Amino acid sequence: MKNIYNVVIAGLGGQGVLKASDILADAAFRAGYDVKKSELHGMSQRGGSVSSDVRFGPQVWSPMVPTGEADVLVVLDETQVEVNRAVLAPNGVLIGPDRLDAAALKNKKSLNVTLLGALSAHLPIASEHWLAAIHANLAPKLHKLNEQSFALGRAAAAVREAAAV
Amino acid sequence: MSDSPQLLSGDEAIALAARHAGVRLGTGYPGTPSTEILETFDRLGGRAQWSPNEKVALEVGLGAVFGGARTLVTMKHVGLNVAADPLFTAAYTDLAAGLVVVSADDPGMASSQNEQDNRHYARAASLPMLEPMDSQEAYDFTLLAFELSERWHLPVMLRITTRVCHSKTIVRPHDAPVPGEAIGPEPGFRRDIPARVMIPAYAKPAHRRLRQKLTEIAAWNDAEGPNRVFAGHPQVGLIATGIAAMHAREAAPQACLLTIGLTYPLPLETIRTFAAGCERLVVLEEGDPVLLDALRAAGIPAQGKPEQYRFGELTVARVRRILAGDETAEPAPPKGKPPELCQGCSHRGVFEVLRDMNCIVAGDIGCYTLGVLPPFQAMDTCVCMGASIGVGLGLRHVLPEEEARRVVSVIGDSTFVHSGLTGLAEMVYNPPATGHVVLILDNGTTAMTGQQEHPGTGRTLNHDATGRIHFEDLARAMGVKNVHVVDFQAADGTLEGLLKDLLTRSETSLIVARQPCVLAAPKIRFYEKAAADRSTACPSQVVDD
Repeated sequence: MKNIYNVVIAGLGGQGVLKASDILADAAFRAGYDVKKSELHGMSQRGGSVSSDVRFGPQVWSPMVPTGEADVLVVLDETQVEVNRAVLAPNGVLIGPDRLDAAALKNKKSLNVTLLGALSAHLPIASEHWLAAIHANLAPKLHKLNEQSFALGRAAAAVREAAAV
Repeated sequence: MSDSPQLLSGDEAIALAARHAGVRLGTGYPGTPSTEILETFDRLGGRAQWSPNEKVALEVGLGAVFGGARTLVTMKHVGLNVAADPLFTAAYTDLAAGLVVVSADDPGMASSQNEQDNRHYARAASLPMLEPMDSQEAYDFTLLAFELSERWHLPVMLRITTRVCHSKTIVRPHDAPVPGEAIGPEPGFRRDIPARVMIPAYAKPAHRRLRQKLTEIAAWNDAEGPNRVFAGHPQVGLIATGIAAMHAREAAPQACLLTIGLTYPLPLETIRTFAAGCERLVVLEEGDPVLLDALRAAGIPAQGKPEQYRFGELTVARVRRILAGDETAEPAPPKGKPPELCQGCSHRGVFEVLRDMNCIVAGDIGCYTLGVLPPFQAMDTCVCMGASIGVGLGLRHVLPEEEARRVVSVIGDSTFVHSGLTGLAEMVYNPPATGHVVLILDNGTTAMTGQQEHPGTGRTLNHDATGRIHFEDLARAMGVKNVHVVDFQAADGTLEGLLKDLLTRSETSLIVARQPCVLAAPKIRFYEKAAADRSTACPSQVVDD
């Protein structure tokens, strides 16, 4: 098994980058991994670039994903792809907003959780932990919408995999 | 408050430990990256209060400790400059209960005006300092800080950095109190004049007492301090503190590593023994070479980092470069989108006016500092909390009249309460010949740090109604000649007209430009409604509430 999984989630302030990384870190924690998550707060609500690092595995030391070592880069805003591309490992996977048919998205605000669905296809974390983390990190009235969004992202990733084969 | 593992930020871990330590009062002033400590402490059922500024927060905390209550005081690094006056002499006093002062430093300046290294304060104030490397240590060291504080009857500093504050790592709490069991000392007044009244007659022996305490703490640090050795090849020995220890472990897993938790006073004998077992000793620390200088002063040969790594945060990559002695230029970090004033933010209109009127703007600390960026570029100075008023007055005193008349001081509501009142006193007492204009941008919240309350909002930390300071009344009472309130929702062109008028007068003026922060407005309406509902509810409902 791979030793440490490195994921970077990036976007603009207000898009739910930090919420998405909270859910990912919580899901990995529930799956029994050592987890570290790191980001900078303060300016994040002022519409600027935001990114958050999540690392998990048997034992994680630094909380920050070193440049060129991210297994997956999830980007919520098209303009932030090039800004963050350098974090990706040579064989790393980029999951951008273009992964999804925007029309299928019921609510733009759940783009973050939809992309987590796509991300989930690349990580060894069981669905039950993802769902528990979504429930624990979002208000009850948002659960159903986000469960659907997560499933939508996961299905899109599955279709893409099938197409690649 | 169970003992099961939790994924917590460093700030949250400190709050949890404070609850487990039976802290009776938490005080502070919001500031990234420290703000979440008191907010979490409140959420966990602790009693937490925002003070007008860090100096007052520490003074209130000190009083609580003199009254026998365990107390936590939190602030960001620059806040400790404000609180330094009480801190240095509190060090001389003999405390009746534990006092822990948290300084949250911001190497790399994610959200600060400087990257001062507050480890210097431990040495300057002669106070012990603990530096956790992750959330588990943030939890453990908070508990330990209270133990040390009560054993030696002195304040203990807990220095954390942005990456420790805001990174989430797993915490295994181990000291949750048994329900119903009393923790820590019971408050009550015990007179002890020589221990608390710092006139020279008592302060002279107190200073000697403090140095004696430090000698004892250094010995304790060597014997049983929170320092860890990770075994490895003896060719390279690393000594690291705080988050740098984590980067070191990842960058050089084969090296032997000594991490130091109590960084002042240092466990010099422990370090000497470790150094003797290594062929080459490298010190890994963020910021200034504080640890390196201390080792060299103690005659322990050690290698530091090239000057370029003094600036900004360390990372795994930078630690690798330090170990390789790599002094080549580092790749420039990718340029992201800078933050900006929110769409719909009332500050936008103000800075458009200031820009179009070609004002010389003495600015201050807060969201509105973003007025310096395009499309406004309407700020000429920004130094520290409250400086806008003093700096504006200084400019007015010396500039030629036509330039002096363009000077305006711009300050936010929370910043005004923090450090603007004395500036206003200065304006009334030493008015420039051309007068002056102070503009308070009152958006009804401490917006930049995440919408915290302050004395000008009339709500406490947990948003309950309390006494409120009205800036306009305050300015009139202090003797400011012209005091105006501009409501932005109704004001189109009002501010510009008013400013033009006041800038021509040789009088002191204050304008409060008032409109709630667009992000905070829905919450403010909610808090106001809750307060109104409570005040009209019958007594039985109040009890249920």
